[in-house]
Amino acid sequence: MTTATRTTARDRSTTTAPTSPASPRTRRVRGTRPGWFVYGCLGLVLAGSVFPFYWSFLIGSGDAYTLRDPHMSWIPGGNFIANALTVVNDPALNFWKALWNSVFTSALIALSVVFFSTLAGWAFAKLRFRGRGWLLAFVVGTMAVPTQLGVVPLYVLFNELGWTGKTGAIIVPALVSAFGVFWMTQYLQQAVPDELIEAARMDGASSFRTFWTIGLPAARPAASMLGLFTFVSAWNNFFWPFIVLDRQDPTLPVALSLLQSNHFVDYSIVLAGVLLSTIPLLILFAGAGKQLVSGIMQGAVKG
Amino acid sequence: MTTATPRRFGFGARLSRWDLKLSPYLYISPFFLLFLVVGLFPIAYTAVISFMDWDQVRGKGTWIGFDQYAYVLGQPKFWIALRNTFSIFLLSSVPQMVFAVFLAALLDQNLRAKTFWRMGVLLPYVVAPVAVALIFSNLFGDRYGLVNTALQGIGLEPIPWHTNAFASHIAIATMVNFRWTGYNTLILLAAMQAIPRDYYEAATVDGAGRFRQFFAITLPSLRPTLIFVVITSTIGGLQIFDEPRMYDQYGTGGSNSQWLTISLYLYNIGWGEWNFGRAAALAWLLFLIVLVIGAINMLITRALVRTDGDQR
Repeated sequence: MTTATRTTARDRSTTTAPTSPASPRTRRVRGTRPGWFVYGCLGLVLAGSVFPFYWSFLIGSGDAYTLRDPHMSWIPGGNFIANALTVVNDPALNFWKALWNSVFTSALIALSVVFFSTLAGWAFAKLRFRGRGWLLAFVVGTMAVPTQLGVVPLYVLFNELGWTGKTGAIIVPALVSAFGVFWMTQYLQQAVPDELIEAARMDGASSFRTFWTIGLPAARPAASMLGLFTFVSAWNNFFWPFIVLDRQDPTLPVALSLLQSNHFVDYSIVLAGVLLSTIPLLILFAGAGKQLVSGIMQGAVKG
Repeated sequence: MTTATPRRFGFGARLSRWDLKLSPYLYISPFFLLFLVVGLFPIAYTAVISFMDWDQVRGKGTWIGFDQYAYVLGQPKFWIALRNTFSIFLLSSVPQMVFAVFLAALLDQNLRAKTFWRMGVLLPYVVAPVAVALIFSNLFGDRYGLVNTALQGIGLEPIPWHTNAFASHIAIATMVNFRWTGYNTLILLAAMQAIPRDYYEAATVDGAGRFRQFFAITLPSLRPTLIFVVITSTIGGLQIFDEPRMYDQYGTGGSNSQWLTISLYLYNIGWGEWNFGRAAALAWLLFLIVLVIGAINMLITRALVRTDGDQR
């Protein structure tokens, strides 16, 4: 341990850290790479990230007795597909419906949040109007309000409208996001030069046309990031869907919560189901993880 | 960017002036309209309902003043839930911050395959808390869980992860830490990379070692980001619901409320007992707690991580 830290300390003194895409002030200086201690630690962390999934696969590919077997093997059994089929075909679970609901609601929420946030962000960043400052401050302030504060009346309201149990009840409240507006405002402020907007106006473009032809294309990198984040958090959301949705018409997390509520809990089935429901997001992460990382590195907020 | 001076007078010019004046409000209106309906109205209405004995069947309530608050505050369960929420919150945020700063410092080096490592620490973040909770409630099983099997393997007593309150808090905090540490690491990493490298060079010339540099330069420069991360994790941590709800198959917070949290209590009162007045009162109490703790957190973080000089 001590020798290792000394090694890294020495490394640090001759090395400067990598560049960050976000900050032009840092610069890369070619130098020694960090020592084995750093890679060892990171390797352990990575193993910690992956292990719970491997464990789920281990149990999920066995049978009801795998978990209790004191000589459990670290090599997966062959029952994963059978267990997954049990989950998929469980009439109490409505797995396919849940999968469709999750895909549909998350995609719709992400699209809507991106569009309305870009629109509002464009106004806050590039248009002059009375009350701009404090309206933006108000938007940011709303982020601190906990969800719990609104759930009771929101439930009463949707019950009154006959929306409880319908996916509309989870889509509508999520159609706009304060974080999204803030995020797009920040981005558009520096992404579009004011001269460009003025030029468009000189050419006689209407306000919306200016937004459509200049604002929207310029917003694309930030918008795709926002879309990803919104999708992930909508997909993972549990508290409100759990309250307002029917058990017959759930989203995936709500369906997952039913897996464990049987009187007899067979963990090989439960964990096969958990993995199965996680696969879509793992695929998304494999494809877009790099973007998610850089999105957070630019200062995303928990959602 | 000034309002364009109309070159021609007439309908078209007037239209475009209106366009310029009204468009901004039109663009921001979707947010404000929807927030009014699904944000502001419910918050105000929660306050109203919290003073009522609400009847869900009739959709009406009778005004009873502060009785619901008095009732909630008089319940031993409320205080147990409050204790549990704090315990889980501290067990999850304190180690998480320390670990995230450490991890960020590791990642803030001239690594090979940078993106790979960053994605590696972020992986747990994309997995639904419900899924994480199901996996970990299995790992922390009292009889057949892997953790207890491992403990027994090295000759220790198994820990009653579900019957002992503190043990259950550790297990639940572990789920939170698993999911959020990588996320916070990346935010801190971004802040670390914004620290001008000259500071480190100057410190090296002055003979400061790696640790001295870390405490004298890195930590103070991270202060604004740390405050931000602590505040957001406070807001999230005090609202914790998914993990305790999924920790056992009944979802009521344990036989003796060992891991009942405020949010879970709120759900049980509202949608278990169908008492919306009490649930609303509890929601307002939770909000006040979040505000107070958020403010305290900010003060503590500010005091702990002082800026010496003007590093930022």
